[in-house]
Amino acid sequence: MLGDGDELFSLAGEEFAVFAKAVYKSLEIDYPKFYKMSNMCKLGFLASEYLLKDVNIKEKLVDRSRVAIVLACKASSLQADIEYSKTMGEIPSPALFVYTLANIVTGEIAIRHGIKGEELMLVQQEYDKEQLSDYVSTLIDEGNTDFCITGMVDYDENHHYFADVCLLGR
Amino acid sequence: MSVYIESGNIISPLGFSTEENYANILSGRSGLRLHTDSRLSDVPLQLALIDDALLESTFAAVVGDGSGFTRFEKFCLLTVTSLLKNSSINISSPDTVIILSTTKGNIELLESRESYDPRRLHLWHSAALIAKHFSAYNKPLIISNACVSGVAALVVARRLIESGKYNNAVVVGADIISRFIVSGFQSFMSLSPEPCKPFDAKRDGLNLGEAAVSAVLTRTKLAGAEQQIEVVRGAMHNDANHISGPSRTGEGLFHAIKDALAGDKVDFISAHGTATAYNDNMEAVAISRAGLNKVPVNSVKGFFGHTLGAAGLLEAIIALEAMKDNRLIGTRGYSEHGVSEAINVIKDTGRHEVNSLLKLASGFGGSNAAVLLRKTR
Amino acid sequence: MSIDLREKLKGELIEQLNLEDISPADIESSAALFGDGLGLDSIDALEIIVLLEKEYGIKISDPSAGKEAMASIDSLAAFIEKNRK
Repeated sequence: MLGDGDELFSLAGEEFAVFAKAVYKSLEIDYPKFYKMSNMCKLGFLASEYLLKDVNIKEKLVDRSRVAIVLACKASSLQADIEYSKTMGEIPSPALFVYTLANIVTGEIAIRHGIKGEELMLVQQEYDKEQLSDYVSTLIDEGNTDFCITGMVDYDENHHYFADVCLLGR
Repeated sequence: MSVYIESGNIISPLGFSTEENYANILSGRSGLRLHTDSRLSDVPLQLALIDDALLESTFAAVVGDGSGFTRFEKFCLLTVTSLLKNSSINISSPDTVIILSTTKGNIELLESRESYDPRRLHLWHSAALIAKHFSAYNKPLIISNACVSGVAALVVARRLIESGKYNNAVVVGADIISRFIVSGFQSFMSLSPEPCKPFDAKRDGLNLGEAAVSAVLTRTKLAGAEQQIEVVRGAMHNDANHISGPSRTGEGLFHAIKDALAGDKVDFISAHGTATAYNDNMEAVAISRAGLNKVPVNSVKGFFGHTLGAAGLLEAIIALEAMKDNRLIGTRGYSEHGVSEAINVIKDTGRHEVNSLLKLASGFGGSNAAVLLRKTR
Repeated sequence: MSIDLREKLKGELIEQLNLEDISPADIESSAALFGDGLGLDSIDALEIIVLLEKEYGIKISDPSAGKEAMASIDSLAAFIEKNRK
């Protein structure tokens, strides 16, 4: 079991939207869907961009139907849920509602990188790398998965955010 | 080494036990009703809701004092308590893990006029509450993967038991219907004003429903038991296409079906069948791509509505009961074939030998899951 | 009046649909909004329905009913002028 390219973002002391946009711009990619994403999805998207920017990692992911994404979060989509609930009083927003699920971030990462393998979103009270890597091991041992993007992507209702993703493989 | 599904409990508008639910299904009864209560929606809606008075009284009789628990928490505690009455496993033992499958948990607290502990909004809080109530030894696992969560929980449980990490898993799937959820689906214009019509030419959307379901998965074969049901294999795959629209080519679901079957035959498919225009067609495409056009397939969402985090588990247990009974349940709401592929949608309930079944699920985020259940020889 | 409505709509779409790197000048009034054009998707279509209700008092209860109206800024403006409260 090898681990590649740990990436870490944490509190930058700035309003997240501003920070996220700056990071997005610095990546010099053209992906306008980024601006529609919830904060949690922007966070996960940026973390996976950094991870997969690494050529050594990217070249391993040949067959993307055998690449998995297994992530954990603490707050689920609660921050996005609260944003959506504010629109419930008048006209509920579908663009906000679509982000009120914990696993949309794995979907956004999958779409961006064409990853069609196994996927799973777990919720953890505290970041538990062992629970994640134990499960990823059983997944890889089963035989249909060669590599797995795994770790935590969390954006909570108090705007504290944390992302730590890596690639595990055979 | 095999993993078995030992028993299941269903709490739904069609009953507070698996037996009651299955009997009602056979009688053709549906849990869907027209609700005009403005608490959930400004317009009348077809919903399958669990009766509160019945929930309170049953909870009091089976579990105990319900004050201090939210509706969602009561759902979970009641189904697991009922489940354990019919199971031989010890939920507090070190070789057992609890797996919770839910999309929104206590989200209705956001609408509450009374004060509440904000930590209760967190799914880990609900899982911890359940674990504490049953004196669980191990930290629970929480799966929140949109509407595939229930099937995902079965797949994950099987993998964890097979790897030797645990001997048993108690899987719980539940979601309650709140204004949050109703308004969201209304903003997507995906609700039908009528009882839903899966795979039908006139289908025009889904109905929402509530259920709390639990099941025991175990590696222990019951000595001298009548036929047991094995959880053979499962898989989850992402479409990598769109976060809310299903892939027109059924990409992820096709892969999930292929990996779950791994070349095995299957006698019956319990589809996701939400009765939206896109989902049902996508499923038909995926089933057809997998070469399963002749396999009888149904959707039971015409009986229960779409129960979100409970759906995969609820429908798997119902399918399992029907398999034990060698019966195929008709797709309530289906009369005229309305999907692009010629798949074999079951119209009427009837006797049929069934030895294996595939349960499918798809959800927002491009998620798809499939799990194969089979009678032991 | 009609030209002002078109410009107003472009601004509103940019705002409502989070088209952050786009300015009204980038949107041609006759160009397709969906598919190639601006590349809007099904969720954007639903959000335009929200915009129509919020800003113009027009309620669309069936998503396919709005499809023709939303083909371009031109068709959207024409639809609004015909149906606004």
